[in-house]
Amino acid sequence: MKRQALRALVLIVSLLVWEAAVRMLHVPAFILPPPSQVLLALQRGATGNVYFHDLWITLVETLLGFTLGSALAFVLGTLLAASRTAEYFLYPYIVMFQSMPKVALAPLIVVWFGLGLTSKVVSAALVAFFPLLVNTVVGLRSAEEERVDLMRSLAATERQIFWMLRLPSALPFIMAGLEVAMVFALVGAIVAEFIGAEAGLGMLIQSRNFTMDVAGEFAVLFLLAFMGLALNWILVSIRRRVLFWNVSEKAAPSAMVGS
Amino acid sequence: MSRDVIAVKDVGKEYQTPRGSVRALEAIDLTVAEGEFVAIVGPSGCGKSTLLKILAGLLATTRGEVRLRGVPVTGPRRDIGVVFQSPVLFPWRTVLDNVLLPVDVQRLRRAESVSRALELLALVGLAGFERRYPWELSGGMQQRVAITRALIHNPALLLMDEPFGALDALTRESMNVELQRIWLERRETVLFITHSISEAVFLADRVFVMTARPGRILEEVAVEIPRPRALEVMAAPEFGSIVNRIRSHFTARMGS
Repeated sequence: MKRQALRALVLIVSLLVWEAAVRMLHVPAFILPPPSQVLLALQRGATGNVYFHDLWITLVETLLGFTLGSALAFVLGTLLAASRTAEYFLYPYIVMFQSMPKVALAPLIVVWFGLGLTSKVVSAALVAFFPLLVNTVVGLRSAEEERVDLMRSLAATERQIFWMLRLPSALPFIMAGLEVAMVFALVGAIVAEFIGAEAGLGMLIQSRNFTMDVAGEFAVLFLLAFMGLALNWILVSIRRRVLFWNVSEKAAPSAMVGS
Repeated sequence: MSRDVIAVKDVGKEYQTPRGSVRALEAIDLTVAEGEFVAIVGPSGCGKSTLLKILAGLLATTRGEVRLRGVPVTGPRRDIGVVFQSPVLFPWRTVLDNVLLPVDVQRLRRAESVSRALELLALVGLAGFERRYPWELSGGMQQRVAITRALIHNPALLLMDEPFGALDALTRESMNVELQRIWLERRETVLFITHSISEAVFLADRVFVMTARPGRILEEVAVEIPRPRALEVMAAPEFGSIVNRIRSHFTARMGS
């Protein structure tokens, strides 16, 4: 309780410092607006019902992209972890593809899939794909040798070893990968919206930037930050439920890749 | 010798390494009879664990053969229970579910096995812990769970690979007393691998002495101390003379 109050206090104090600094240093509002103006812009948008539709669109794009990207990453990751042959033939392409900045593909994706929802979902899925792929492969290979020996000594089949041992052992890695994938999916969706979109928070940022409505731009950035926070919070609560047993093991591994 | 549960005949094992082949085991001969407790004692690196893996069907021999109740062992067998050096429990399974792992793997009926598991847990002194998770238990308790798991499917042979090696000395002694009590009650056929001479002599009916490079058996020593043996027996002269006799094999080799 006390810690939470302290956390809220830190937020309020930093907003006040920002406000005071902008006013005392006479920073023009089109460079850095004070938080009071951002709040006003947020309020104006909320009462005018400006944000809701765009927020919804971006949320749907992010969640669909996240689901698609993670599902593909999990299936392909399982294939790569299970078969050395698959790894031998596919891994070079995966590394090549991974080292390419995926956001550089966004213009192409918009050309291919249009200005609607599809191009945003594809872009989000593409960016969300890699952190989970790598973590799935590493996670599925992380089962302790002794535990594998135990399963083998019981004459377990490879399928049983997968379901009873390798998959549970991989869960800490997979959950960490999902957390990164969610944030990345949001990035992928916003970037594609920048390129060309009919709706969404990314498009809103673009249009406010053109009209020099910097306070309004900040308002959207705040919304994006809160959305990312909420999505992450959902995943963290799922992780706590699924990985209740991981308290004793080493701290949860973090994702192995950047973007 | 049809009463032999396991018969190891002239077993050898060579490993191929980049520097040539390494002989891990040479001409191992041993048998364990029904209901007998046999220990293998030897220093680290003498091939004890290699031998255990061969017996469990996890490794193939390069020479000789292993027969379990007359049938050659060529792969993992469902009628062997193994207790490893560490408990090897799955942290996402409760104590009861860990014990039932062999039941799940071998698709036996869970309902029947649950009552058996609870009986066995009570036998090893873990009644009331079945809903706990492994990480809530001490090291000694975790190893008791591992022993229970090895017994759940009624194996013909119980293989134990330095099961108490990771425990502190005091816990280890009390686990030895416990294991003897459990064994006297159930009379499982046990092959127990250890590097502690006193542990081997305390527990076993017969002790095989193994030395390293290549791993082979130097002597078989019968321990005719009446059971149940209390920890005080370790101070008795007959116990001491057996321990000394076994130790002489290792000190003699060190000198040479």
